[in-house]
Amino acid sequence: MSLMTWIDDRFPLTKMWEEHVSKYYAPKNFNFWYFFGSLALLILVMQIITGIFLTMHYKPDADLAFASVEYIMRDVPGGWLIRYMHSTGASAFFVVIYLHMFRALIYGSYKGPRELLWIFGMLIYLALMAEGFMGYLLPWGQMSFWGAQVIINLFGAIPFIGEDLSIWIRGDYVVSDATLNRFFALHVIALPFVIAGLVVAHILALHEVGSNNPDGIDIKKNKGADGVPVDGIPFHPYYTVKDLVGVCVFFLFFFGVIFFAPEMGGYFLEHANFVPADPLKTPEHIAPVWYFTPFYTVLRAINNPFGGVLAMFGAIGVLFFLPWIDRNPIRSWRYRSALHKLNILVFAVVFIILGYLGIKPVTTLFTEIGQRLTLMYFIFFVVLWFYSWPRSQAVAMRTFIISVIVMLVIEFTGFGGFSTGTRSYALVGMLFPIAYLAFMLFAGNLFPRMGAEKVVPERVTH
Amino acid sequence: MNINKITFLVSILLSLLLAPMVSQSAGSSVALESHRLNLGEKSLQRGLKYFTNYCMGCHSASYSRYNRVAADLNLSEQQMLDNIIFTRGADGEKSKVGEKMMIAMTEEYGKETFGVAPPDLSLTARSRGADWIYTYLKSFYLDESRPMGVNNTVFENVGMPHVLWPLQGWQKKAEHHDDDGHGGGSGFEQVTEGDMTADEYDQVVTDITNFMVYLSEPAQAKRKSLGIKVMMFLFLFTGLAYLLKKEYWRDVH
Repeated sequence: MSLMTWIDDRFPLTKMWEEHVSKYYAPKNFNFWYFFGSLALLILVMQIITGIFLTMHYKPDADLAFASVEYIMRDVPGGWLIRYMHSTGASAFFVVIYLHMFRALIYGSYKGPRELLWIFGMLIYLALMAEGFMGYLLPWGQMSFWGAQVIINLFGAIPFIGEDLSIWIRGDYVVSDATLNRFFALHVIALPFVIAGLVVAHILALHEVGSNNPDGIDIKKNKGADGVPVDGIPFHPYYTVKDLVGVCVFFLFFFGVIFFAPEMGGYFLEHANFVPADPLKTPEHIAPVWYFTPFYTVLRAINNPFGGVLAMFGAIGVLFFLPWIDRNPIRSWRYRSALHKLNILVFAVVFIILGYLGIKPVTTLFTEIGQRLTLMYFIFFVVLWFYSWPRSQAVAMRTFIISVIVMLVIEFTGFGGFSTGTRSYALVGMLFPIAYLAFMLFAGNLFPRMGAEKVVPERVTH
Repeated sequence: MNINKITFLVSILLSLLLAPMVSQSAGSSVALESHRLNLGEKSLQRGLKYFTNYCMGCHSASYSRYNRVAADLNLSEQQMLDNIIFTRGADGEKSKVGEKMMIAMTEEYGKETFGVAPPDLSLTARSRGADWIYTYLKSFYLDESRPMGVNNTVFENVGMPHVLWPLQGWQKKAEHHDDDGHGGGSGFEQVTEGDMTADEYDQVVTDITNFMVYLSEPAQAKRKSLGIKVMMFLFLFTGLAYLLKKEYWRDVH
């Protein structure tokens, strides 16, 4: 009796291996965008391993934390490499996750039957943001401290319970040793558990429904005599060797940053974070780390603090509902209309500019641009919903009028730029999102070629 | 390789190149002179000499150890003890070579004397940048209204005296700006000569800045040299992995 039989009689090792690896049939037409799932898993493992080693030397104590990080950088053998891998890994995680999510967007991977898969993914994204936010406090530099202070104060804007809620989160009236200790506990124990659990759920859901692909075709509908999808190939060895190439190319960038630009010009490690936290000295310019900045701009776009918090969480929350907003039966943008492609590309550009604005100090012009782009961010979802199926010009008109009324109400009830004394900007600025919305809604019928969808092929293409 | 892939790679490469350019050092609105970084052993040794002689009267480098600096700058521990270590511990004994580069001045005394306790300099090159340090050390000028008799264009109303004045001499702000709008002219006029010519003083400031850049991240030389090896390995391995993938995928149509 071989060892494997002995184990298989007691534990479903071969069964699991076959189900999830060697006999998991993935579409054969995965392209560049399909590297980021395995890369995200790789980064998760690296973050956990480097994190364990950092925890051996780091001290979660307001008096010792900053010095212990420098101790790791200077006195712990190889400590600098472990620390840079962890700090760069945090940024790389978000780069990879954003690309992974963009993939889902362009190929409609969130659509049925993958709704739960998408929701698990969004929960991972949320947990990851919490993980990143809490981890950023731990070096206890100026930006750690003031960034946390600003973000936690956001909760204070919630009516009635806000003040108590933010004190409950901090464990103190200001960010302090108590905050550092609980963030440490959440960062190294609670959230990694949550993330690992969600990742397992995410992968189980994926393997239950099967992977989507760039054509958005269900390969399980076309099975051969042996019950294997005709357009499927086993994950191992085909995608294990292919992902290995992806890992290598990723490592070239990842270690390129670690060894030659670990601060990444102040974006991965901010300059001000090399000054120990000082509760009495506010830095001139507080900016969250880059991966939060698109939502930070949305927050700042609304003049009312609670309105800002709602808009910010709304901007993240609306993503959960993508499967029910976009009801178009065609998954991949390859076979959707030119307008749909344009909508996604504009959304991506808007997201990047929102992120850029979140890094920059507030100016009148930037605030105005931020406000208009925030509207553009939400217009994306209106347009996405609108093109779920063919609509008449009358529906387009109704959608347009309702959306414009909503935008104007937000603008004139003291949330938008009109109330901040930048009326000339606001009047011109409002024209952009309104014109964009009008174009996107009416062009489908006015220019049938832009609204035309293509026929989805039976088999996957290359 | 499709067009998506190419544009993506190009944009990543571009952002890698551009990111350091848009970065800003904290602090001043004055245009900073650019420091020419050179982490050569000789410059760092001179920088260490000036740093311990001039800066460490008031500033600590409390995350750094003397023997680590010695090892990195190719100095023996005896050389360190004989020429570099001037500090004493709380017990009055001369600092040992394995100790951190602390100073005797207490925070309270520093506050009383200068208004603000002189900050630790271990990480200044990372928080403010090399250009800032380089320009700052060249930008002290006479100003009767300040308690120390000097002010600084880079750090307005700084509490620090011009420690390097015996070398640089005294300068004042130029009354008539010769600035042609292209950053020409230093904006200062020499009042009294120091022991050094302007070029020699520039070299001192360069050495100190180099040393402080080293001090802010002692592992950086190791980081870069190891980095080149890792990148070479990764390039080779990527090639092999690609060949392996190609071999496996021959039968996928």
